Amino acid sequence: MAVFLIRRVLQMAMVLLAVSLVVFFGLYSIGNPAEILLPDDATASERAAAIIALGLDRPIWVQYWVFLTNALQGDLGTSFVYNVPSITLIFQRFPATLELAVAALLIALAVGAPLGLYAGLHPDTPLDRTIVTGSILGFSLPNFWQGLMLILIFSILLGWLPSSGRGPTGEILGIETSFASWEGIRHLILPATNLALFKLSLVIRLTRAQVRETMQLDFVKFARARGLSDRRIIGVHVGKTIAAPIITVVGMEFGSVIAFAVITESIFAWPGMGTLIIDSINKLDRPVVAAYLLVITALFILLNLIVDVLYTVLDPRVRLGAMK
Amino acid sequence: MTALLEVTGLKTHFLTRAGAVRAVDGVDLTLRAGEVLGLVGESGSGKSVTSFSILGLVDPPGKVVGGSVRFKGEDLIQASPERLRQLRGRDIAMIFQDPMLTLTPVLRIETQMVETVLAHERTSYAGARERALDMLARVGIPAPQERIRAYPHQFSGGMRQRVAIAIAMLHGPSLILADEPTTALDVTIQGQVLSEMQRLVAETGTAMIWVSHDLAVVEAIADRIIVMYAGRVVEEGPVAEVIARPGHPYTRGLLDSTPSAATPGGRLRQIPGMAPSVLNLPPGCPFAPRCAHVRPECSTPPPVRRLGPERTVRCFAPLIPEVGQ
Ligand SMILES: Nc1ncnc2c1ncn2[C@@H]1O[C@H](COP(=O)(O)OP(=O)(O)OP(=O)(O)O)[C@@H](O)[C@H]1O
Ligand SMILES: [Mg+2]
Repeated sequence: MAVFLIRRVLQMAMVLLAVSLVVFFGLYSIGNPAEILLPDDATASERAAAIIALGLDRPIWVQYWVFLTNALQGDLGTSFVYNVPSITLIFQRFPATLELAVAALLIALAVGAPLGLYAGLHPDTPLDRTIVTGSILGFSLPNFWQGLMLILIFSILLGWLPSSGRGPTGEILGIETSFASWEGIRHLILPATNLALFKLSLVIRLTRAQVRETMQLDFVKFARARGLSDRRIIGVHVGKTIAAPIITVVGMEFGSVIAFAVITESIFAWPGMGTLIIDSINKLDRPVVAAYLLVITALFILLNLIVDVLYTVLDPRVRLGAMK
Repeated sequence: MTALLEVTGLKTHFLTRAGAVRAVDGVDLTLRAGEVLGLVGESGSGKSVTSFSILGLVDPPGKVVGGSVRFKGEDLIQASPERLRQLRGRDIAMIFQDPMLTLTPVLRIETQMVETVLAHERTSYAGARERALDMLARVGIPAPQERIRAYPHQFSGGMRQRVAIAIAMLHGPSLILADEPTTALDVTIQGQVLSEMQRLVAETGTAMIWVSHDLAVVEAIADRIIVMYAGRVVEEGPVAEVIARPGHPYTRGLLDSTPSAATPGGRLRQIPGMAPSVLNLPPGCPFAPRCAHVRPECSTPPPVRRLGPERTVRCFAPLIPEVGQ
């Protein structure tokens, strides 16, 4: 276990180093931030002073070296626009995005797993076909269009739910969250549903396929031959068998849900990292964009690690030592 | 003496798109308490489907379309799902061929044994666990206290099959359906598991149907034998008599192609041709195309002929004389 963790942390460092290179040089090549930050009527000397202040006058590899050594001390640069450390900016917005992503995945699992289970247990019945067709729609309709339809139906036509912004937050167990009040939850429902739709069909199809496959296996027949009830066989034997692959896939998808939150946040004006990053890209606020990409990368890697560890807990046949 | 199990005219068909697969097509068999019946036949002859049909475990598109299965006088074909569940694992237990695949991989042996006890009895978890430990010791698992905490993949094939046997014996069933339980094991382990099973059923007076395509194994364990071909019983009788003097050309062929049962040093002979597909069988004797003794009338359904007090054969031209009637 210790060896496994050490190896994974080293891998993580290598990946982050590689990503930092790509991000830094990639951002360097897309325009000069001084052009955007300075007013149009700035004088040549003002311009030169700004460039020196931002450190943009030095050779690019020196800039990268400064960036890297600072990053190792937890300093990912200071936002050109807000003049605060970019990492602070990101972490101010992070909880809102995390909350949205977690709520979305919970909805996708809570709705998708039972539907997939039913469909898998009753293949080729009318309800199964309805579920499968529905999940194909969820898969193929663009996410932003689904978001606009949600707003149109539930906010504008029915007037049930607010369509923009985050509601009031409160503290639960020391965490600032929308779940503390009904008004907060009301604001969360539409954006979380929109983001959930994106993964719902995946959960349905995955669960359905896993259930169908597992129900054919000999151990299910042996369990029935032992006189176990269907409830126990499906709930415990099949449930535990398919939990590992489903959690793995959903865990891996968590990263992409956070990344795709950019779209949902834009539609619903949700004050998360997504809206921040769109803003920062428009203003060429390099340090913020770089910090965002690095944080997202680290998150992806960390999630992978957590999923691997979880998998070994759920499936006793897999041992961490054997994993590369 | 009334029979423990009485199967009459059992028909189990699979309704596939290509047509009805008549996997079991009119099987009769009787089993007395404590008796061991060997069920032999080539791959695909319907042995497994017969045993699944007895327990009501045939999955769609398969369906029992005719006949009756009486267990202690009760018709299992008509029984409710809940009644069948009560009988399974308690009165009739089953052991499968591949011990790799029959235990749930993600659950400890302890969980699987305890749940099997609790499925049929109201007792405490600790009590159920005690029973499981006793049973593991009885089937020859060393250090049960420790091994019960293990997962199936942590056992060798032979040990895993012993665990499956222990689970089957938990409730002291009066009938065990053993579907080729030693076929997947290597030869030395096969012998051990076989004699273990023999000892257990003899000690407890459990009746057993032992499914196998290995006549030598059946000869060692069974009292009576039933030979199946293409979903039908072609020969039945006391195991020693049938093996010494087979009545059906197919049984003869099986014997000649079995190493230990054929004359030592003699050449093994294959039955010519292939087992027929049970999809759209012609009405006559299904073995006729491969039979050396085939006659014109074999294209019509063959009659059941009596060859001795307990022996029957389904053939126009049995290899030994019919007893007069
Ligand atoms: N799900 C199914 N769908 C269609 N046909 C089936 C199905 N299951 C079994 N059969 C058919 O039923 C027939 C009997 O199968 P069965 O498994 O009983 O054979 P067996 O005698 O146990 O053979 P083996 O020695 O290989 O275990 C086979 O011809 C098979 O094709
Ligand atoms: Mg079989």
